[in-house]
Amino acid sequence: MGLSSGDAPEMWNVEHPDRIAKLYQGAVDAGSDLFLTNTFGGNASRLKLHDAQGRVMELNKAAAEIGREVADKSGRTVIVAGSVGPTGDIMAPMGSLTHEIAVEMFHEQAEGLKAGGADVLWVETISAFEEYAAAAEAFKLADMPWCGTMSFDTAGRTMMGVTSRDMVKSVGKLDYKPLGFGANCGTGASDLLRTILGMADAEPDLPLISKGNAGIPKYHDGHIHYDGTPELMADYAELARNCGAKIIGGCCGTTPEHLRAMREALETRPKGDRPSLDDITAALGTFSSESDGTDGNGPVRAARRGKRRG
Amino acid sequence: MSDDDEIILADLNDEDLVAQMFDDLYDGMKEEIEEGVNILIGRGWEPYRVLTEALVGGMTIVGADFRDGILFVPEVLLAANAMKGGMAILKPLLAETGAPTIGKMVIGTVKGDIHDIGKNLVGMMMEGAGFEVVDLGINNAVDGYIDALIAEKADILGMSALLTTTMPYMKVVIDTLIEKGMREDYIVLVGGAPLNEEFGKAIGADAYCRDAAVAVETAKTWMARKHNRASAG
Repeated sequence: MGLSSGDAPEMWNVEHPDRIAKLYQGAVDAGSDLFLTNTFGGNASRLKLHDAQGRVMELNKAAAEIGREVADKSGRTVIVAGSVGPTGDIMAPMGSLTHEIAVEMFHEQAEGLKAGGADVLWVETISAFEEYAAAAEAFKLADMPWCGTMSFDTAGRTMMGVTSRDMVKSVGKLDYKPLGFGANCGTGASDLLRTILGMADAEPDLPLISKGNAGIPKYHDGHIHYDGTPELMADYAELARNCGAKIIGGCCGTTPEHLRAMREALETRPKGDRPSLDDITAALGTFSSESDGTDGNGPVRAARRGKRRG
Repeated sequence: MSDDDEIILADLNDEDLVAQMFDDLYDGMKEEIEEGVNILIGRGWEPYRVLTEALVGGMTIVGADFRDGILFVPEVLLAANAMKGGMAILKPLLAETGAPTIGKMVIGTVKGDIHDIGKNLVGMMMEGAGFEVVDLGINNAVDGYIDALIAEKADILGMSALLTTTMPYMKVVIDTLIEKGMREDYIVLVGGAPLNEEFGKAIGADAYCRDAAVAVETAKTWMARKHNRASAG
């Protein structure tokens, strides 16, 4: 749509609301029941990098208002989900971000999205469960329902080492639970579905969300495009449902064309049996790692030479 | 912990102490690493030997297990922190003794990109492997990279990007290095979530590094080649 490299997309919520409305409209016209607002980097920590940390309320409210308008005139029920991305900081004690500051930042963004009319808050691409839990606490303060997904991009786990099974367990212990949870982004569609299968195996009480990328990014003549075709995303959507996901969407590289193919697949193809890992790789390609840490077949540490301390 | 379990580092012989330090690095135990470094120095070890055999040796195991998906970022951050404790003791001693340097890297996230977790991790792992690292932070334009490479007399340029919209900027930097006739002077490594090997080749980098552990291994391999070339030439 013409965003310059490095500019904060959230600025367009006030500078080019027409383009943001068009972006949302594309998803709605393609048959989406739910779309995310243009606020992924709309927390104080991310906006600070553009010296806009004082504009959290304004930018989030504007994004949700545009979404509300698009949804309300669609003539059907379309959910405006207020997107909340990670702070980008590493949480204490390893990093600098304390729980209190994380909650405060997420809360500030949540209030902006709420004020703009978002139906639900949607935190995603989280790698540390501590940050996920901080978002949950903030959303409770804002008194808003929420959903939340993590990204499993490192040997089938999140960057911080969380497995699909760990996430199910940890979500189950949250005081203020989401309406649904699952996985988004990460590597390819195959890995994402392996994660969803892992979550389904752990028999969660809440609906699962699957939001995979449209293939992987490829470089062509100075531009990047994702190599996942609409046909591949249609197969992905069908498999995601068979894996047990209730909310199915597309992350990076997903265009209205992909969404149309996904919607059509979900409406026209019958629900099938739960796929095996082999079924997934046969349809969508190989996994990025042999194990995802849930099967006990992953690599293990070599024997220690020193003595173990108490 | 009962007294029976207590490990007295000073009571261990050199071999057992280094083995223990490998484990303590793995477990991110900073104070124990500092103590171990001081003991080895006290026993007359050259600072460079402490660096390479005890610290870099231990971090190599951490790096390998990170690469293999056995350790993840939190454990690696703790290990790097412990390594840093040991390095703080060694650094002035290394400077005094004029020990050889393993290599120097200028690293930064490219222009327009503000993501730095991966880049920071590479910096830490490179330091863990004994490299000197000059971190330019986020949002670096080509001039910033080139000025730093010259001023720091660096061996390696590391560029990071998390966005598909910013990764093409790496080619701008590499093309500028070529124009200025400087490309052959540096090892250029690139990394970041949306990149892949094909992209690294397409833009003319020496290597794409999938993660921080691979970055360290690749840097070591290319530095060895550079040294071989220098001695052959």
